[in-house]
Amino acid sequence: MKKFLMLLVMSALFLSILAGCTQGNTSGTTKNTDTEKAEKEDVNGEPLKHAFIFKNTGNPYGEKMMQGFEEAIKESGGEAILRAPDQPTAEAQIQIIEQLITQKVDSITLSGNDPDALQPALKKAMDSGIKVLSTDSAVNAKSRTTHVNQADPEAIGRIQIEAISEMIGGKGQIAVLSATSQATNQNLWIEYMQKELEKDEYKGLELVKIAYGDDLRDKSVSETEALLKTYPDLKGIIAPTTVGIAAAGKVLTDKNLAGKVALTGLGLPSEMASYIENGVCPWMYLWNPIDVGYAAGYTAVELVNGEITGEVGDKFEAGRTGEKVVVEDGDGTQIMLGEPFKFDKGNIAEWKEVY
Amino acid sequence: MTSKIEESYVHRRLEAHRPLTAKHVFLQWEWLLVLIFVGVLVMNTMLSPYFLNITSLRDATMVFLDKSFIVFPMAFIMIMKEIDISVGSTVALSSVGMATAYNVFGLPMEAAIVVCLVVGALCGLFNGFLITKFPELSAVIVTLATMILYRGIAYIILEDQASGNFPEWFGFFGWGYVYGVPFILIVFVGIAIAFGLLLHKTTFGRKVFAIGHNDVTSKFSGVNVKKTKLIVYTLAGLMAAVTAVFLASRMGSTRPNIANAYELDVIAMAALGGISTAGGKGRLIGTVIAIFIVGYLQYGLGLINIPSQTLMIVIGALLLFAVVVPKIKDLRKS
Amino acid sequence: MSTNMIDSTLPVNVEKKESKLAKIGQFREIGLLAFIIMLMIAVQMRNSSFLTIENMTDMMTNTAILLILAVGMMLVLVTRGIDLSIGATLALSGMVVAQFVSNHPQTSPLVAILMGIGIGIVCGLVIGGLVSFLGVLPIIATLAMMNIYRGMTYMVSDGKWISSYQMPENFVGIATSKILGINSLVVIVIIVYIVAFYFIGHTRTGRQIYAVGSNPESAKVTGVSEKKIFLLVYTVMGGLAGLSGVLWVSKFASAQGDTATGFELSVIAACILGGVSIAGGAGKLSGVILGAMLIGILNNALPLLNVSPFWQKGIEGCIILAAILLNVMVKRGVEQNNLLRRRV
Repeated sequence: MKKFLMLLVMSALFLSILAGCTQGNTSGTTKNTDTEKAEKEDVNGEPLKHAFIFKNTGNPYGEKMMQGFEEAIKESGGEAILRAPDQPTAEAQIQIIEQLITQKVDSITLSGNDPDALQPALKKAMDSGIKVLSTDSAVNAKSRTTHVNQADPEAIGRIQIEAISEMIGGKGQIAVLSATSQATNQNLWIEYMQKELEKDEYKGLELVKIAYGDDLRDKSVSETEALLKTYPDLKGIIAPTTVGIAAAGKVLTDKNLAGKVALTGLGLPSEMASYIENGVCPWMYLWNPIDVGYAAGYTAVELVNGEITGEVGDKFEAGRTGEKVVVEDGDGTQIMLGEPFKFDKGNIAEWKEVY
Repeated sequence: MTSKIEESYVHRRLEAHRPLTAKHVFLQWEWLLVLIFVGVLVMNTMLSPYFLNITSLRDATMVFLDKSFIVFPMAFIMIMKEIDISVGSTVALSSVGMATAYNVFGLPMEAAIVVCLVVGALCGLFNGFLITKFPELSAVIVTLATMILYRGIAYIILEDQASGNFPEWFGFFGWGYVYGVPFILIVFVGIAIAFGLLLHKTTFGRKVFAIGHNDVTSKFSGVNVKKTKLIVYTLAGLMAAVTAVFLASRMGSTRPNIANAYELDVIAMAALGGISTAGGKGRLIGTVIAIFIVGYLQYGLGLINIPSQTLMIVIGALLLFAVVVPKIKDLRKS
Repeated sequence: MSTNMIDSTLPVNVEKKESKLAKIGQFREIGLLAFIIMLMIAVQMRNSSFLTIENMTDMMTNTAILLILAVGMMLVLVTRGIDLSIGATLALSGMVVAQFVSNHPQTSPLVAILMGIGIGIVCGLVIGGLVSFLGVLPIIATLAMMNIYRGMTYMVSDGKWISSYQMPENFVGIATSKILGINSLVVIVIIVYIVAFYFIGHTRTGRQIYAVGSNPESAKVTGVSEKKIFLLVYTVMGGLAGLSGVLWVSKFASAQGDTATGFELSVIAACILGGVSIAGGAGKLSGVILGAMLIGILNNALPLLNVSPFWQKGIEGCIILAAILLNVMVKRGVEQNNLLRRRV
């Protein structure tokens, strides 16, 4: 009996390992089987390999970005490798970068978990002839060729202040609920928000606190509740992060504060649909992650083909997203996509199914 | 369950004193690990054409060895029936200490590295102090509190900033080679040998085993339990600081949120290496093989771009596989 | 001081005094209770909205899931085990149930809860089987299963989250509705604790758990099946984690793959703060409640204190350290007093 039990457990374990491996082959990489297209091949006659590394696995925003990236790579006839570590850390991304260098990929596109910490690893990649670019969350200028920017950070900061000002009538206390205190994107946007608030037209707005929900549901909820209690006169909350805005939406809904405390920021339409429909969040913004991934994919292909070098002034056609120009960005260069997209009661129903 | 563990412990001790026959050698845990290791290498070679060449095998060690230094003192702690979950935070705090010494206080990098090691050792010493001063507190709760505390101090020092701009040569720790061998591998071998000798060839090592087997008896047999524990925890802090040096070198900068949840990886590697959390047994060679098994498995499966959720399942299954197999022997006997 | 009092009073009074003191002394977490009260007063002084009914309600609902899991973890710890997989079990059950109710909006909330418990029980049974029948050490078995369950959650979710618009009203209502004017989450906590109180103190199996934990050898000799007990505690833990999964998803109206990552550490901390011994055999529900409340107060009060967010973690660490040290000192003091009195 016991022996039989053992045998059962052992074979189950073996099977799970085997299953794991085969699964990896099919879902990790997508080989392009479309032979009709003219395949861009490298010297060995194999399709070019373009890798994409997102911040962490199981994130719908990242999944959509990967989907767009894969689409662009397939259109070019290459092979897309999609990776994401199980934890959103720079250390885990360094491991993946090393593995990609060993596989001799042709390009690495990544959304960095840390702007500086990946520099030595990415430099090693570039030294071995791999084109490196960042998108969504930038790495510093020394560790990339160029950056595909989803939207101008200045614009992201500006429109959120504009929105909250309009929602609360230009007067009152507001607070920011961010992701972690280490999140570079959020910190940059908040910086621009603070700059925007210095303008005369926003004299009536008072930013009372920047709270950090660490992109955790429970902590974001506690922080939102604390904001409401510590500042009873609070009129508005800006949450430029997907988990934070949804958690704040839930708290405001449960406390029946629709119309009393306004909420806006950056969120996934699917997560925010309920709270936009019930009026807690009159409107919010985001860009289309599929398009961001798609444009990044095209940029990677053009860089590998040598059509562009990532210098200021380079122009190329990025598939369905149209012509893109490389512009200056501090020490480095970037490619700017459109303005953030506004989601409100009118359009949320159609977008909530998409992402 | 406990009695079974003790039985097998006694069994093992007896085995050690008996002349070794071929059968005994083969039934040892370490041979099973070697088999698994070979299995991993063969599987990786079959799965990926990029795996089996010197450069790949060599560079892989640079990827996974950074946290392995902590596995050795963790093995000592686990042999003593205790556990230290503050090591990840110690890595963060000591690297932040190093960066602050270099960037804020303007110390030369060599001195900053010494600061890093001192900070790490102090963190470990503080853990050891609390644990020995308040024996009614378990090590889990003490190190849980200091885990939050040490990372908290790191956050207070650096806030949302990264601190880097280390001199060029500092990159050598994480990325450099000596005659084609990664520097980190050389340091690893040195530290592994040192800890191996300490555990298996010195009276200090025997004391660690004695405490793990029965700390009350050890105390009355003249083992200074407090001093031994204090030293072991300090070593854990020191090795966390060594990890901090290599990690900071690999990343070229540091932040208070680095090395998150390292403690679980470290405990898993020690456990896979045959160190029992029930205390009193384990051999360091096993942990060395375990480090390479986990490292090459992750690296090899990474080369075929396996999704990380599948990788998690594989690592979990491997851990179970390795601990369940030896039980077959026990079950057959009963 | 106490010796003076004893000297100056009549023998009859001495006996009375002793019994009172002994009673207080019997409650081993008296130091922790004192610490919590001190902490609450300190927080109230800094932010007057702390001790309001609204905030207390928020705190209770936010701590509910922690309280539920702490019961199961206490039983596991009492048998000298540990369960690191509960965060992953919680996520898996939450994700599967959320997917089910989004496809079948007619599902009654009770069915959803039972489904979650069922998934949790299966997860717990696997761990219980590994620990009891195969003799795998709990920390390794649960560490391995943590990886496996978390990986399975990501696979099941296929990288997607289940959002609030996909969940039917009555499912989200599990966490927001009220029964007799009390939030349902709190009601569920009360039910769990009443059942646990009865089970632990007044059933044969409940006492056997403690017997196995405090002395496995004598428990075996007296005919307690160790294997049965191990299987039981991990299954109960799994069931509670499954229940918590449903409550979590309902409370936050969202199911993610990385739900409750690292939550097991909070639960273990709550138990050990509450005096549950990791060496087995000791642990009381009253202590666990206090431990969980301390964690709950920290989570609730730190954002209210209006300190720099970068100081929050450091302060949290100091408070936990202070709490366990104070508790130990008070315990030592009480024991010393008892010894002194015995000599008189």
